[in-house]
Amino acid sequence: MSSKKSDRRDFLKKGALLAGLAVGGAGAARSQGPEFETPSVIPPGEKDPALYGERSHFVKSVRQRMGKGDGFILTPLQDSVGIITPNDLHYVSSRDSSPYTPPTEIDPEKHLLLIHGMVDRPLIFTMDELKRFPSVSRIHFIECVANTIPTQNRWDWETVQERQGKMSCAMWTGVPLSVVLKEAGLKSGASWLVTESADSVKHSMSLPIEKAMDDAILAYGQNGEPIRPQNGFPLRLVVPGWEGVRHIKWLRRIKVVDKPYLTQTESSINPSLKTNGKALWYNFEMGPKSVITFPASGGRPLNGRGYYQITGLAWSGGGLVRKVEISTDGGSTWKNAQLQEPVLRIAHTRFYMDWQWNGEEVVLQSRCTDERGAVQPSLAQFSELWGVKPDYFKTTTNVVTHFNPIQPWKVDRDGNVHNALWI
Amino acid sequence: MGTYTMRCGFNLFAMLLFAAVALPQTTRYNMGRTPTSEEVQAWDISVGPDGKELPPGSGTAKDGARLYAQQCASCHGVTGEDAKGSPRLFGGQGTLNTPKPIKTVGSYWPYATTIWDYIHRAMPRNKPGSLNAGQVYALTAYLLYKNGIIQENDVMDAKSLPKVQMPNRNGFLPAMQDIVSKHCRLGTCP
Repeated sequence: MSSKKSDRRDFLKKGALLAGLAVGGAGAARSQGPEFETPSVIPPGEKDPALYGERSHFVKSVRQRMGKGDGFILTPLQDSVGIITPNDLHYVSSRDSSPYTPPTEIDPEKHLLLIHGMVDRPLIFTMDELKRFPSVSRIHFIECVANTIPTQNRWDWETVQERQGKMSCAMWTGVPLSVVLKEAGLKSGASWLVTESADSVKHSMSLPIEKAMDDAILAYGQNGEPIRPQNGFPLRLVVPGWEGVRHIKWLRRIKVVDKPYLTQTESSINPSLKTNGKALWYNFEMGPKSVITFPASGGRPLNGRGYYQITGLAWSGGGLVRKVEISTDGGSTWKNAQLQEPVLRIAHTRFYMDWQWNGEEVVLQSRCTDERGAVQPSLAQFSELWGVKPDYFKTTTNVVTHFNPIQPWKVDRDGNVHNALWI
Repeated sequence: MGTYTMRCGFNLFAMLLFAAVALPQTTRYNMGRTPTSEEVQAWDISVGPDGKELPPGSGTAKDGARLYAQQCASCHGVTGEDAKGSPRLFGGQGTLNTPKPIKTVGSYWPYATTIWDYIHRAMPRNKPGSLNAGQVYALTAYLLYKNGIIQENDVMDAKSLPKVQMPNRNGFLPAMQDIVSKHCRLGTCP
């Protein structure tokens, strides 16, 4: 067997070499022959680019930085298909406010996770040990609390990438946090965790133990490969449906305690400050939300009247997306969009609807309803919940997180698409 | 049409019920090793609101003023208004209910212990972890003094710091309270 195999390998090598010579040496032959190129021989010691694939150089879709120094890198939703965000395009938001420095790079051989505090057995785990535990793989979106915050108006941002790109969806693989906490044994009275990153500011957040025991994951895999450095390699806490800032990247420590710890983030930017001067603490869950990704500002313009498929993404931290409605007349009437399988809990849900464009100016918008019956509000309804006029959100310097109003896109007669939220 | 929801809060009532029930211990996998107490001490930089993790050491605003000028002012500014791209640390009291709220450690943060925790873990940005406990107490004292919360000669240490009453201590509401009062049914949201 082995000699046959090596014969075959030799044959292929020789063949490749001959083909290479033929291509390299004879331009005339090439012009007559089929249009394919034979890979050149990789010099010893150099990487073979075929071993870790790259997308076509015709595909230009990339992430976008938000402002300078904000640490946000946004997903190009206008080019998205399906529900999974490729790892190269997953959004990034880091508490380490130096986005131009390389991401925290950790040697997985040296990375350790410490679990201590109100536990029977404090434990330190290596990555190898964490990978030996029973694992799960689940598809979940992660959305930054600051996704679509109105203060970005000051930059006149209006594309779907700029407005909505602080969210992505991936399959996360890892060990359920509950399994590891049971391994350490929770003491009576343990009610919160303080979770901590190995990044340069040791970003830390409090987590109720009920969420930890319910569906939180110590994730080491992202879409079938190790989590990318910008998303927390080698270990990230995934708390499905909750604010992105709580999905601690480069996770190194979990302290089991009996109260929330009011960390720096939880004392400053994270609480939602209302107009009466009071702030909401521990606003964990991301609400029902949706956005049309085509046609959308920043994406392909419409090329004349006729058939188009309107499509977009819907999601809710509350569970399944039950219904997405689309209005093509500025909100007067709404029709149910079709939901594309798979429809999964706390994951992006792709929706679509057939549409004939008559070439006239039109406002398109989508509205998400989740399994609990929670409905994505219009800007007017959102304003009412806040007790303000919609203009408040245009002018305030307050950081309004959890901002999930319906996103209207206006298609003009030329087929160009614009943000129409404030009209 | 159902209720409109900007976002859902976690069910605090279910949480409280759950916390009262002991968690069943099932299979152990016998993975991981027991850390030494020195290891845990070295790793554990969390300081909670009751300050029980605060280490020995002390400092005053006077000591902190010199350190602030050397280590902090280049990014955070001298007066507060002149912070260059870094969070403003002084002032803002009385602005939280205006359209242009200024959230500083003095006007917004509910616990003084968090200031100690964060300086200790993350500051200065170019060399986090380089300040000793006494220096962190001194800087914390300086920030509290500059915000009119303590006196210049007040000594901050493991005992006194957790007792500092922050002006906005009662400015925070649990999320659930707001949701119940607005548009959610009790127990599930909405």
